[in-house]
Amino acid sequence: MKREPVLEAVDIVKELGSGAAKVQALKGVSMALRPSELTLLMGPSGSGKTTLLSILGCILKPTSGDVRVVGESTIGMSAEQLATVRRAHIGFIFQSYNLFPTLSAIENVRIALDVRGQSGFKAAARAEEVLRDVGLGHRLRYHPGNMSGGEQQRVAVARAIAASPSVVLADEPTAALDTENGHAVMALLARIAKEQARSVLVVTHDPRTLPYADRVVRIEDGRIVGEERRPEGLDAPEITDLAKRRKAHA
Amino acid sequence: MILTLAFRNLFHDRVRLAVTLIGILFSIVLVAVQLGLYLGSSRMITSNIDNARGELWITAFGAKSFEDGGLLLHSAERHQALAAAGVAEVIPLVVSFAEWRRPNGGSTRVVVVGTDPEDGGLVPWSLTDGTWLDVKSPDGIAVDKSYLAELDVKGIGDTAQVAHGRVRIKALTEGVRSFTQAPYAYMPISRARHLLGAPGDATSFYLVKLQPGADVESVRRDLKSRFESAEVLTAEEFRDRSLNTWLFQTGAGVALIGGALLGLLVGTVIVAQTLYSSTKDHLAEFATLRALGSSSGYIHKVILGQAGLSAVIGYVLGMIIALAVVYASRGTPLPMVMTPWLAAALFAVTIFMCAISQLSAIFKVTKIDPAMVFSK
Repeated sequence: MKREPVLEAVDIVKELGSGAAKVQALKGVSMALRPSELTLLMGPSGSGKTTLLSILGCILKPTSGDVRVVGESTIGMSAEQLATVRRAHIGFIFQSYNLFPTLSAIENVRIALDVRGQSGFKAAARAEEVLRDVGLGHRLRYHPGNMSGGEQQRVAVARAIAASPSVVLADEPTAALDTENGHAVMALLARIAKEQARSVLVVTHDPRTLPYADRVVRIEDGRIVGEERRPEGLDAPEITDLAKRRKAHA
Repeated sequence: MILTLAFRNLFHDRVRLAVTLIGILFSIVLVAVQLGLYLGSSRMITSNIDNARGELWITAFGAKSFEDGGLLLHSAERHQALAAAGVAEVIPLVVSFAEWRRPNGGSTRVVVVGTDPEDGGLVPWSLTDGTWLDVKSPDGIAVDKSYLAELDVKGIGDTAQVAHGRVRIKALTEGVRSFTQAPYAYMPISRARHLLGAPGDATSFYLVKLQPGADVESVRRDLKSRFESAEVLTAEEFRDRSLNTWLFQTGAGVALIGGALLGLLVGTVIVAQTLYSSTKDHLAEFATLRALGSSSGYIHKVILGQAGLSAVIGYVLGMIIALAVVYASRGTPLPMVMTPWLAAALFAVTIFMCAISQLSAIFKVTKIDPAMVFSK
């Protein structure tokens, strides 16, 4: 049974710059993210991946087209209304973690709950719970400066999922990590998608992430140029092979 | 979490925090000193009026202050006043500058204050050595301890020449200072007239006490209609007139208030600079907050939290220094005053200054682009 999309981009066009410097970063992109699915958005540098992620995350407004979050159109929404949508439905993970260096791991997670109006003992307990869930129960009071890159990214994952958003958007989450930590973070995101029925979109050009994808969407020059879905019963290595075969064929 | 983040942002860069606090300290201490001096001056100017017991003052026309009464009133005005309905008592006061000849040569000016406290008008206050009974003994006067050196005397028992007669110090007051720096010399009214060579009924002011239930305004109207060359002022009006004369017509008050405003301005600029650069340094974090879905109000609260914390810390440190200055100024001719109201007003001013200082920072984060979180 096909589930309803939680986040949907409909015919998105995004123009950047003005005058002679104006460029069309996205040229009519449509895509949908469904629960329990980890989608990879792959493409070369300058293909429009991050612009699309920003628009899907209601951070950038499209020049035309619509972003629907759990069925609700965001056309005409003000910056404050878009922030409300982000608070309610979207969690972010960034390439350079974007943790608050002056806050401990648990405080970094708590602040994501605090902006959503969740504070006090319950918020502290929830922050601790998600940090333990990502394997950082022993690093609760550590500051980012005293943690490894992998640990910091796991704090960022905990921060993204603490408020139980419908969608988690990750921008190059493995780019700054070594192989072991990269796999650990991707495994964590795949588990979040499956066990917590969230939709996870990972913008990446890291081939190590392929084994964890349910779907791979390829973008080039501001257009979706291909989409591969892991066939039912196909396990992770097979989709990697599929990708390799496709690349060789191209 | 708002205060936690504000606190951590603030203490993250200790050097900048120190500069911020120095800006606030500078401002608080300067404003406290200037306003403390203003209050101290105001108290000195109005202390005799505030300690006199009477609802109305009859003064010579145009008298500008307590020291400026002249000796132009006579018993006729007293009798006219006593005839008015609602008047219970009319008590004379004699106030005039006079020359004090120092025992070891030279002279200085004093303000002779002739009063008979038995009448219930102006009762010398803060008598710490000797009593009014002592002052009533032959040649007796009371002066303030802080002016003994200025008057070239050592204390009780010493004598000097004032205008036309000899006086002997019989009592000392403490903290009764004069804005004009001419010490007050309190004595019975008859001795004052004698020293000044004034006629037996010459008077500077009449203090009018009203009968219980009498309406101050209607009595004043009645009294005004009876005098051609005298004015009738409420105690409040006489206070204001004295303050206006000494503080604003001489420019002293304007200088004090101007100094306070300047302190506030310089402090605001320093604090604005440091808090703005702090906000700029944390811009990526504020963009992350925005991307996480925080409202702009949440970010403003963090910034204002930083301002509030700076204000509280700066205020506490500033007040410690200001109170030390107040304490050190106690024995000087121009003591500073710190009242609970002034302390509260300074706190409000500090909070306001820090909040205003953050306007540029708030303006900066209002324009923040959350998409900057994706810049590598």
